[in-house]
Amino acid sequence: MVIKFTKYRKIYFGLSGLLIIASIIVLLGYGLKPGIDFTGGTIIELEYRDERPSNEQILSELEEFDLGNIVIQPTGEKGVILRMKHIDEEVHQNILGKITQKENIQSEEGIAFETIKVYITETRFESIGPVIGNELKQKTNIVVVVALLSMIIYIALAFRRVQRPLRSWQYGIASVLALFHDILIPLGVFAILGKYYGVEISIPIITALLAVLGYSINNTVVVFDRIRENLLRRGEEFEETINISLNETLSRQINTSLTTLFVAFAIFFLGGETLKFFALALLLGIGAGTYSSIFLAGPILVTWYKLKRK
Amino acid sequence: MKRKVYITLIGIAILAFMAGNLSYPKYVNQSVDFLNTKLGFLFPHFWEIPFKLGLDLQGGTHLLYEADLSGVEKENYGSAMEGLRDIIERRVNTFGVAEPIVQTQESGDQYRLVVELAGIKDPAEAIKMIGKTPFLEFREQKTEEETKAITDKQAELQDLTLEEMQQIENWQLAFEDPYFKATSLTGQYLERAELVFDQQSGTPLITIQFDEEGSELFKQITTKSVGKILAIYIDGAVISAPYVNEPIEGGKAQISGDFTIDEAKELARNLNAGALPVPIQLISQQTVGPTLGSISLEKSLKAGLIGLLAVVIFLIIFYRLSGLLASLSLIVYVAIILALFKLIPVTLTLAGIGGFILSIGMAVDANILIFSRMREELKREQSFSVSLEEGFRRSWPSIRDGNITTLIVALILFGLGTSFIKGFAFTLSIGILVSMFSAIFITRNLLRLFIHTKLEKVKWLW
Repeated sequence: MVIKFTKYRKIYFGLSGLLIIASIIVLLGYGLKPGIDFTGGTIIELEYRDERPSNEQILSELEEFDLGNIVIQPTGEKGVILRMKHIDEEVHQNILGKITQKENIQSEEGIAFETIKVYITETRFESIGPVIGNELKQKTNIVVVVALLSMIIYIALAFRRVQRPLRSWQYGIASVLALFHDILIPLGVFAILGKYYGVEISIPIITALLAVLGYSINNTVVVFDRIRENLLRRGEEFEETINISLNETLSRQINTSLTTLFVAFAIFFLGGETLKFFALALLLGIGAGTYSSIFLAGPILVTWYKLKRK
Repeated sequence: MKRKVYITLIGIAILAFMAGNLSYPKYVNQSVDFLNTKLGFLFPHFWEIPFKLGLDLQGGTHLLYEADLSGVEKENYGSAMEGLRDIIERRVNTFGVAEPIVQTQESGDQYRLVVELAGIKDPAEAIKMIGKTPFLEFREQKTEEETKAITDKQAELQDLTLEEMQQIENWQLAFEDPYFKATSLTGQYLERAELVFDQQSGTPLITIQFDEEGSELFKQITTKSVGKILAIYIDGAVISAPYVNEPIEGGKAQISGDFTIDEAKELARNLNAGALPVPIQLISQQTVGPTLGSISLEKSLKAGLIGLLAVVIFLIIFYRLSGLLASLSLIVYVAIILALFKLIPVTLTLAGIGGFILSIGMAVDANILIFSRMREELKREQSFSVSLEEGFRRSWPSIRDGNITTLIVALILFGLGTSFIKGFAFTLSIGILVSMFSAIFITRNLLRLFIHTKLEKVKWLW
């Protein structure tokens, strides 16, 4: 049995089109929330030994430092994550001193010692200067552009011998369309997460999306390779060849995605905070990538072919 | 044919044994211990190399300083940064941190210094000590009476607790340096230091030149210290303690000591740097507490293990015997990768582990491609051995192209990225390369084992 993937292609295009448009709208409307990696800023993660004070209490303690907008987020049982602008080491120590309500006391003999009223452990401290953030932003832009360009060049080279019935660059364009689909949808999801849950775009998320880039191209290449092979070997009509190729590669596409999704799920649920959104970006990207390699890349070729024949 | 397969498989088994034990030597060492105690053998332990963990996994602090070189001439930027690095390296070495990293870095026209302290207990204190401008000072010898007073007091206070000490008169005296006291001559007055060689003996010497004010001070101090020691301190530690033979005029001094050429060179550089005003500013700091680090490590390893298990179960359910063989080569793959991490060595970060876990999912891709093809060939009633070889041959272009795209992305990430991205890209690249080896070479030879056996006829197994 051959599943006719190209038959309902308008439905698939419509579905993907809707998702892409929605993603573009939220991206334009909400924008992505850049993390401190890119803007500069501070994250302090504290673990209280006894009771965690309320957010208001912490805020009022920090009032005197003039830290601008402070975001306080409870974590775990007794932990709290503070986000604010970039601060220097002196302010950092003063903040810790204030929170622990450390006091320097002089005894009658003139000996200085410290008393601590609130016991905390600082589990993480990151403060990135705005200059560094800016540099990283530029670097990341370069990486993204170079990665995209090299993928397009690679596809063009890989399919340079396929010239009929479509030109090799048309395969290239089809795979790049699929690629945009695979990247835009996760980005749209992150725009929504950023707006409503304060999820910031961090270096791990960018890394994961770039990995999706390679993965998405990989998936499309496998399908196109099969199409190329079948075009040379078989005499069927173009649309039929594409359907046969999609069917032949279907179990591979699904199985490979499944194994990769298994590990991404494992990282998402078990891998801890830092890798959580890294894994989420992978899950979304791989999901979209699997869909596009089956329902978009091949059918796009068919549509193109039919347009050409008209 | 079969013979060749057996020999190859034995080779693979040896490789797997070595890699497995290298990455996790506990079991083999336990058995060696058992044999040694029970039977009196003297087998050595397997090679134990620890994993190198990054700051985010073992806890530690990453500091980025910007050096203000506005007071330095352009051609001296390099040596000023080197001097700065050496001074800070020495300071950092006193923190008792294993393998601290101090590196200079250029970004555009900015000169920076990266300091990484793994497992540091008190980053705040470390930052304080690093941030000081290098401090060179000259100290003169105390009189014998002064020295005796202090050493006596120290003897008196020995074995007492802090509270008990405070009951004794003049207890603070015991905490003073018994031999040297500060003078007003510091690096502030140093014009430059140079490495020269003694004309007679050829041993390396350091000459220092003070500025005008410094020369005057130096003359006064050396006049007072004739026949005594004038100690040279950098950051509160004695660098050299030469004897003063006569009062010195003109602000020129020589430091002779028994150092090697390299040591003398370093000292000259440090003296110059100590005299140079190169203020540094902390522009970025990342600190991870040790508990958070070990939690991250534990969690990510657990995620990897569960992910691996899920993949193995899936492979066996879906591809049965071939799936089992693919799982075997996947496990060999994991062992080889972990062994490589230790051998190269790769500093493992959370990102690196993420890349590695992802590569487990991707590593089976090649096998899945091959098995799909094999099944197609078997369906066409081809013989087992033909299906096997065809499956490998036909899927090769897809495997090659697919892996190349991922590899290209990984290389771009590696070339341009920051440390997080680099860690990820590096482990992913190693993963891809080794996975091609395991999926193609190991699985293929395992499958060949079943050619012309009764099992090859059992269709549902493949």
